[in-house]
Amino acid sequence: MTIDSLIATPSELTDSSNSKTAIVLMTRIRLARNLSSNVFPGWAKPAQREEILTTCRHAVGATAPMRRGLNVSVSELTELEKQILVERHLISRELCGTKAGAGVVISRDQALSVMINEEDHLRIQVLRAGFQLKKAWNAINDLDTALEDQLDYAFSPTLGYMTACPTNLGTAMRASAMMHLPALVIANQMEKVVRAVNQLGMVVRGLFGEGSDASGSIFQISNQTTLGESEEEIIKRLGSVLASIIEHELNAREKLIEADAGKLFDKIGRAYGILQNSHVLSSTEAMNLLSLIRLGIDLNLFPEASRPVVDRLFIEAQPGHLQHTQKAEFEPGQRDLIRATRLRAEFANFTRPDYSSRTAAGPN
Amino acid sequence: MANPLKCDLCSKPATVHLTQIVNNKVHKVDLCEECAQAKGVTDPSGFSLADLLLKASLNPAPTAGAVRCEQCGFTQADFKKHGRFGCPQCYEAFRSIVDPMLDGMHKGPVHRGKVPQKALARKSLHDRLAKLELDLTEAIRTERYEDAARCRDEINQVKQAVAPKPAR
Repeated sequence: MTIDSLIATPSELTDSSNSKTAIVLMTRIRLARNLSSNVFPGWAKPAQREEILTTCRHAVGATAPMRRGLNVSVSELTELEKQILVERHLISRELCGTKAGAGVVISRDQALSVMINEEDHLRIQVLRAGFQLKKAWNAINDLDTALEDQLDYAFSPTLGYMTACPTNLGTAMRASAMMHLPALVIANQMEKVVRAVNQLGMVVRGLFGEGSDASGSIFQISNQTTLGESEEEIIKRLGSVLASIIEHELNAREKLIEADAGKLFDKIGRAYGILQNSHVLSSTEAMNLLSLIRLGIDLNLFPEASRPVVDRLFIEAQPGHLQHTQKAEFEPGQRDLIRATRLRAEFANFTRPDYSSRTAAGPN
Repeated sequence: MANPLKCDLCSKPATVHLTQIVNNKVHKVDLCEECAQAKGVTDPSGFSLADLLLKASLNPAPTAGAVRCEQCGFTQADFKKHGRFGCPQCYEAFRSIVDPMLDGMHKGPVHRGKVPQKALARKSLHDRLAKLELDLTEAIRTERYEDAARCRDEINQVKQAVAPKPAR
């Protein structure tokens, strides 16, 4: 499989949106694994990295879900291709910047990916649309067990799976959910939520992980600790934190409508207007406008059928995807023009917002 | 206080003092202005003490002699620089650093999750095989042929168990 065919194939992330993915856009779990008696990637010599890359690409490529997938070394990818994979959450920014001797294997449906020689020898990831922690865990657990057939993992009965960084010891698992929380952002409650979530041993990050901003009101919530608890316990704990965030977001939406529906609908209506008519749109602005349209869909101002368009644009309005569609590389300034053109075209026939179902119940 | 607190990261006078409660454990960090800024402590959103503690807990312990991992040559100074270890054996070599660090970083000190059963079973068979082969050589050298025969039979048995199963 080539990267072009991968991008053209319907994927878990770009083609599974429905009303069930309204607040939790997707669930991700990653496991870190290392080979016993081998130096960790960051400390390994180039020859050792190459050897591990070969062993792991072979072992991962032989598993059932990966057999027909993409199996490449990072050096075979162009900068643009790497950026597209980052935008699809299939590889990390760190992997793009690695020295020689790193690779990635991605399943056809892009639900599973395995990074090789990132911080650890293997970073196994599963991605599921919607709030699907248990299904995601079952899928990744199966792949991990299949890999065990061929690879000797570094494991200690007390410290669990041995990882390069001590913060990942134990289960070496990070389970996370990507959440769309526009009402909590508009109501200025995110800071409070972040603090509460931190106290429960969970971490909140932006859309693209550590250090990224939360444009489009999209946040990633994941477990902080990995040792001293089983995978199931971590997942259960994360699940209940997520459920309570969903409840807070829904409450915040109710309150925004109760307090001043006009103000909220104005934001959504203006977003619609800008997306239909603007000629220059930065990535961040586009994300924020799309986020408001998405909120409008959740509030029944737009038909449910519009949801997949918006969710696809969240990915396709990113710089890498935009340039790939144009089959050329552009300066950021030019990209903003192209992005606006693309969004104008997408929104030309986008159903107008219908406020009638809502205004009747509102105070105005 | 007679001695002003020093920054946990760079030893300059600390002006930022932070307390966070994670999993019912109190974590305290003292930082200078610059490190606080650099680590994003001033921005409470998304900030976590765990990463900081990882490095901070290394500072007060320039222990007797530089510890070094026999397996990969990694040193304590390397860990301080990278925040990552060199190889799985490092955890044994740097135990005196790791143990206090884990306390508070995680929910508990002992793994309670998945165990790679198949890989471990395979490893124990390989270890057994290596030992039997040593025994066999020794038995032949000392002309204990009955023992040698027994070792050979056992080796054959273990080898059958280790042999890769046909592809699934």
